[in-house]
Formats: sequence, C-alpha cells, structure tokens
Amino acid sequence: MGALSETLVNLWQSSGFSMLFDDWRNLIMIVLACVLLYLGIVKKFEPLLLVGIAFGMLLTNLPGGELYHPELWDAIMDGTKTYGAVLAEGGLLDILYIGVKTSVYPCLIFLGVGAMTDFGPLLANPKSLLLGAAAQLGIYCAFILAVVLGFNGNEAASIGIIGGADGPTAIFLTTILAPHLLGAVAIAAYSYMALIPLIQPPIMRALTTEKERQIKMDQMRTVTKKERIIFPIVVVIFTVLLLPSVAPLLGMLMLGNLLRECGVTERLSDTAQNALMNIVTIMLSISVGATTVGNRFLTASTLKIVALGLFAFCFSTVGGLLLGKLMCKLSGGKINPLIGSAGVSAVPMAARVSQVEGQRANPTNYLLMHAMGPNVAGVIGSAVAAGFLLAIFG
Amino acid sequence: MTVTLAESLGYSILGIAIVFIMLALLMGVIYAMGKAMVQSKKQQPAKAAAPEAPAAPAPAPAVDPKAGKVPARSSLGDVDLYTVDDRTAAILMAIVADKMGAPLNELRFISITEIQ
Repeated sequence: MGALSETLVNLWQSSGFSMLFDDWRNLIMIVLACVLLYLGIVKKFEPLLLVGIAFGMLLTNLPGGELYHPELWDAIMDGTKTYGAVLAEGGLLDILYIGVKTSVYPCLIFLGVGAMTDFGPLLANPKSLLLGAAAQLGIYCAFILAVVLGFNGNEAASIGIIGGADGPTAIFLTTILAPHLLGAVAIAAYSYMALIPLIQPPIMRALTTEKERQIKMDQMRTVTKKERIIFPIVVVIFTVLLLPSVAPLLGMLMLGNLLRECGVTERLSDTAQNALMNIVTIMLSISVGATTVGNRFLTASTLKIVALGLFAFCFSTVGGLLLGKLMCKLSGGKINPLIGSAGVSAVPMAARVSQVEGQRANPTNYLLMHAMGPNVAGVIGSAVAAGFLLAIFG
Repeated sequence: MTVTLAESLGYSILGIAIVFIMLALLMGVIYAMGKAMVQSKKQQPAKAAAPEAPAAPAPAPAVDPKAGKVPARSSLGDVDLYTVDDRTAAILMAIVADKMGAPLNELRFISITEIQ
C-alpha cells in the first residue's frame, strides 16, 4: 500500500500539473496562447503564422515538456556552449530554433515571398519606390521612442523594425540584435499586420481629403518579360554592393523572384511558393512561439514593445501617406495619396486597404494594382532599413 | 550598445536618408532599364518592317458549325481556329487582351474552339 501511494506521489510530482502552479506566469502564458489561437483560428488574424506561434507558446509554457531551454541559448550566446550542445541537450523546439538563430528560416521565407511577388506594378511605376521608402518612417520614430523609454540601441532597433510591417525581416534582425525580445517582437509584428485593416483606415481618412481619395489613376504601362527577368538581378547587384548587410534578405527575395520570372524554373518556383514556404512557416512559427517562456516574456518590456509596435505601424502609415500627398500635389493630382499607406510592406493586405478606401470614396476607383507598387517597394525598403540597423548595431 | 537620444536622432536621420537614397537610385535604374526596353522595342518593328510587306491573306471560307474540329485555313500567327470564323476569333482575342490589360501583340493564342 505504501509503495503504491509512493508511486502515485512520484507520478503526481513528475506530472506537469504539480508544476503548473510553481510559476503563475506560465498559466498566464497558456491563457494568452489560447487567446492567440482563438484570434488565429476564429478571427483569422494571420492564421498561417499566428496559429503556429500560439501553439509554440503553449508547448513551451506547459511545465515538464522540456521542449525548449532558454538557459541553453543563453549559454550559447555567452560562448560557454556551442550549437552541438543543442543537439546533445536540447529539446525538439531547441533544435528547430537553430533555424531561427542562424537566420535560415527568415531568409527562406523571403525566397518564397520573392517567388510569390509580382514586381510588375513597381516596374511600371518606379516612383512607387519612394513611397516604399517613406513608409519606413515608423521604424525610426519607434527606434527613437524606444531609446527614450530606456531600451539600448540593439533592442530599440529590433523594436523599431516592427514598423517595417514585415515579419521575416523583424525576426531576422531581432534574432541577431536582441534575441531575448524575439517572441514579443514577432508577436507584435504579426498581430499588427493582421490588424492593418483596422489600424490604417482612420489614419488614411484623417490625413487625406475626400477629393484626394477619389482620384483615379491612369492605367499602368505594360512591363515586358525581359524587364521582369533583369529586375531581380539588377536589384541584387545594386543593393548588395551598396549595403552588403542586406544580402541575406534581398538576395533570397530576388532569387525567389528570378525563379518565378525566368520561365525555366517553374518547378523550383512552385516549390519555393508552396512546399518550402509552408514547411519553413511551420518551423519558424513554432520556434518563435517557443521563445515566449513566461518568466522572460511577461515583463514591462513586452508591454512597451507592444505599444511601440503600434506606434511604429501608425507612423509608417503616416510617412507613406504624407509622401503620397506630396506626390499628388507635384503630379497635379494624378497620384492618389491612398497608395502611400501601402508602402508598409504587409503584402498584399496594405494594398487591399488602399483599394477599399479608394473605392469607398469613389466606387469606380481601382487602386489595387497602383498600390501594389509601393507595397512591394516596402518589402525592399524594410529590408534596406534592417540592413542599415544591422550595419550599425550588428 | 547604449545609445543617447541625440545619437538615436542622428541614426534615424541617417537611416531614413539611406533608405531613400537606395530606393531613389533603384528607381533611377528601373527608369533607365524601362527606357532601354522601350528603345529596343521601337527598333525591332523598324527592322521587321524593312523587308517587303506580306501579301494579304486569302479570304476565309464559310464555316459550317456541323463540320466539327476542322482547323480553319486562315489563322492569326499560330492560332488554330476550330469551328470559329475569323471575325469571332478577332473579337474574342480583343476582349481577352482588354480584360488582361495587355496589348494583343504580347499575347499568344494557341487555338480557339467553340464549345458546343
């Protein structure tokens, strides 16, 4: 009888239930994971990423699972252990996290993004690139504010990049500059990207007049196949020579695009767009979610990051809109300033918001293709901004 | 790396300037590329127009809808017409080009068949 009770006690003590109340923060994180799962599954907020992140969050905060060991990664950062220790001592999520830590996943995601992106609207209207640049304003505004709030340079840069509205870029930069903030930055970035249809329209209406929103833009010129093929090659040569730190992201983005456009690698393009993208998305999302261990995630810093992320998104939208207004004036009313807000990457959500707002003001207005130019320019712009921050703080 | 407010302002101004400069230069490159393409496109028809003009095609025979999949004798480029007369084919191709927003000379039609 005594042996049986001892066995039961041992069983209880080794179960996660007995450890569940050891740290109240784990419980909060489990609830938060369930809320994110609800938002992803029911409300369809960036479900492809959010469901994986939330599930990783759930797994890492269930006591006893031993799937992810933040202290192991601290030791690797300190140089007291090597990556070999991850294979010897780590759990499943530690092993998957190597892909985040080495920036392999964000770069492979960019390969898929490149294969899925049509740069035609950008080639047809190269001025879109300026809108994509202006919509990076939020990155730097949030960076300044983060410094004011007490974050160091590396942390502030990682927080600022949320304003680029580009998940892989944010993960790429944060992993290198401030890995301890990765969970908060990734969740803030993807959550706000999902909330773009709610965040942007009030700002768009506040900064533009009804007359400006009604502007119909001229049809774009046709882009030749040759231009589409030359574009990724020219961009990669040009940007990497100018700012070598953008090479991993822009290199992969443009390789993906070349696979799409060259016409002789259809199978590779298809794999990059679908199978590879899906596999990497699963691994990236679950391992990013795993970094949100309760005792490290539930801090005042996380709340500040969430607030700064929203601030960054808003200011990026403002930057794009203000330049859009200026271009509208300079072009004699030929450019609808609403397309400026699409410069905040978040492809194609931000372009769709421009289309919806344009059509609300004028039901015969079709801005989608015009907004896709700044939208894809924003992807390049945020990668350049990340490259700059990496060059300064990396 | 600790950063002061003044430094953060400096980095921010430099950062946004670099993003603008990079993308503005890229814009210039794309404009130049576009111009070069348009130029080469203009030269191509000029070269093509140099040889003597092709003879006018023979009029298309009347199409019998009951005849089944019989390729039309006249076609536009490589397009094969099955139980569709030239006029209908031309209208269809114009509609497709219009809907796609692409000039007709950049589209390639393989065949047009009337589905009965």
